[in-house]
Formats: sequence, C-alpha cells, structure tokens
Amino acid sequence: METLTAYSGFLWSGTCMTLLLTAGGSLLALTMAFAAGVGRLSPIRPVKWVAVAYIEFFRGTSCLVQMFWMFYALPYFGLSLSPLTAGILALGLNIGAYGAEVVRGAILAVPRDQREAGIALNFSRAQRLLHIELPQAIPIMLPPFGNLAVDLMKLSSVASLITIADLTFRAQLIRNSTGETLWPFLAILVIYFIIASGILAIVSVAERRLRPGREGIDRMQGGQ
Amino acid sequence: MSWSWDFTWQIMPMLLSGLVVTVQATVPGSLLAFSLGLLIAIARFTGGPLLRIPVTVLVEFIRRTPLLVQLYVLFYVLPDYGIALSALTAGVIGLGLHYSTYAAEVYRAGLESVPRSQWEAAKALNYPAPSTFTRVVLPQAIPPMIPALSNYVISMFKETPLLSAITVIELMNAAKILANESYRYIEPMTMVGLLFLAVSFPASLAAVKLEGWARRRAQ
Repeated sequence: METLTAYSGFLWSGTCMTLLLTAGGSLLALTMAFAAGVGRLSPIRPVKWVAVAYIEFFRGTSCLVQMFWMFYALPYFGLSLSPLTAGILALGLNIGAYGAEVVRGAILAVPRDQREAGIALNFSRAQRLLHIELPQAIPIMLPPFGNLAVDLMKLSSVASLITIADLTFRAQLIRNSTGETLWPFLAILVIYFIIASGILAIVSVAERRLRPGREGIDRMQGGQ
Repeated sequence: MSWSWDFTWQIMPMLLSGLVVTVQATVPGSLLAFSLGLLIAIARFTGGPLLRIPVTVLVEFIRRTPLLVQLYVLFYVLPDYGIALSALTAGVIGLGLHYSTYAAEVYRAGLESVPRSQWEAAKALNYPAPSTFTRVVLPQAIPPMIPALSNYVISMFKETPLLSAITVIELMNAAKILANESYRYIEPMTMVGLLFLAVSFPASLAAVKLEGWARRRAQ
C-alpha cells in the first residue's frame, strides 16, 4: 500500500497516456467509421470495394498484430512511426472498422419511407444523407459506439507492448522495480474501470439528449 | 530490405506450430467461456439479490477492464498467493473468464427473445416446465445465440496474441522470436497477419452459414 502512494504520480502520468491513446484512437475511429460505413453503402463500386476491403482486413486480424506490424514492419517500407503514432493508428483503424458496421447498420435502420420522402422532395443523395438519414441514424449508433469506445480504451493497454508508457506499462515497471504484484495491478484495474464507467456515463447522457421523437424535440425547444 | 520468399518458407513450420498453440488456447478458452457464461446467466436469472449483486459487480468489473491486465494478474500476481499457473493455463483461464461475461449476456438476450406467451401457451396445454424449457424455449432461443457466440470465438482467436505478453509461444510470439533472431521483421509480421486472416475470414463466413442452418432447423 505504501508503494501505491509513492507511485501515485507515476500512475497518474500513465492514466494521462491511456486517456490520450483513448481520445486519439476514438477520434480516428469515428472518422474511419463514418467514412467506411457511408462508403460501403455508396453506389460507386470502387468506393464500396475500398470500404469493404478496409473493414474486412482490420476486423480479420487483432489490434496487437496490426500495432506490431505498423511498429516493426512498416519501417522496412520506409515509414517509421513513433510508438504513439503507431498505437493511435492501430487502435483507431481497428475500432473504426467495427464502427463502420455500426454506421452502416444504423443508416439501414432508418425507415425506407424517410428516404423515399427525401426523393419525393427532390433532395440530392448527399442532402438526404446529411439532413434526413444521418440525423436519425446517429441516436441508433450511440449505444454501440459507447461499447466500442470502452473496447478501444481496454485495447489501449496493448500499446504498452510497443513501449508506450501507459497504465499497463507503468504497472509492469513498478512490478519489476519493487517486486510488488497485487497493488500495482489492482490499482490500474480500478483506474481502467473508472475510465470505462466514465465513458459509458457520457454516452448515456448523450443518448438521452439525442433521443428521437417528441421527447427530443421538446427538449431542444425547451433549451432554446 | 525486400521481401524474401525463401525466408518466408523457412519460417513457416515454426509459425504453423505457433498457430497450433493459438488453437490450443482458443478451443479450451471458448469451452470455459461458454460454461462459465452459462453459470453467470443462471445465477442472474434464478439467484436472489445476495447472489445477483456480487455476480453483476464482478461481471461489470471484468468487462470494463483490459484482458491484458487480467492476464498479468493471473500470471504474475497469483503465484505470490501460492497459485502458480503455467503460461498457457493462465492464458486459457484469462480468455475464458473475460469472454464468459460476454457469453452470459448472449444467453440472457437469447432467452429473453422468446416471447412470454410461449411459456404461457405451454402452461395452458399442461406441458411440464422442464420440457417447456428444453423443447419449446431452447429451440427458439438458441438460433439467435449462434452468430453472437461464434463471433466471440472468432474474437477470442484474434485476441490470443495477447498471450505472447505472458510468455506463451503462440503465433505472434513465434513470429517475434523469428524476427529477433534474423532481424527480418516484414516476413514474420506479415505472415502472422495473413495466417490470422486465413483462419478468421472463412470462420466468419462459416458462422453466417451456421446461423442460417440453425434458423431453418428451428422452424
């Protein structure tokens, strides 16, 4: 327990690194999810193929394999990435592929007549997507996105294996230097649990605010 | 440095033996996850609050923390308390424990997808409760569980590289060892990715087929 208080600053820096990986990875994942999710539904064949190839490739192998590949194999193709870049890139691209399926599913879940109404009103394809389909699809995406964000946060521990000094990496360092095993690992498990619960709490607030239908409209008008 | 096919062929036997270890971790890991998951689901379904609350807290704790750290706990912390597990055993238990919390969720959703009216109809027909469960509810509950459970087996398979962190020489670790010995990283690392794709892509296609089969059988 004494070691725990002595190392609290050390673990705090680790927490910041974990949060940085999670935030950076989530931002990239969100971008990729929308790009590939919408791309997969595109009527333009090559766009669709690129999206499908990206999704299947990144879902077919694990994040650790992708991270190692980016960190160890890419330099031989003349592209040297810093550990942090490789970490964020692998986390974002991996979870983004799962997110793309969420985006696609949510857009398809918007009732058909909404799209037909858009066509009847002479909306262009882009206008329909931006003003009719996505606003209704986003509330559907939120709960699975929350789970994916937690998955990404959990996966960020893998970045410790490519020498990023996140929580897991620092717990290992404490274990190596003090011989203590239980406290460092228990401490970081609790920190991970708190971060995950925080992410889920934020998502459920967002979910309540964006709930479609009368209730959501009332809230928006009440807020103005 | 360019790609060398000679080197690729040279490392294949060791990579394939790594793949065997990967499968040796995935299969018992899945069986453990499915059975533990069933216990969790039963505890939550039938147990009183004294059982349900601690189980729920534990399940949420396992679900919201990284598998890698859980593996470290099993491999590095337990020996201090007199439980020394081999690396592969610790890996299998870690995978099984982590995924059992997801499997439990699948069982729950599957059982809840069967309308209550099915139970009521069986009761009205004076059908005994155990056969209602095995012959009316389960045949309807199992098909929707299959795609989810098979997806978790595939994700578990893809997560096994984490076991390299606790010294298990599975596919990823075999590749790392080969790379460190030869200073050639492209071939081993790329082959690992391709081998994973070669197993997981057909497996996910098979899972889709399996679901269709179960759905047809249930009708």
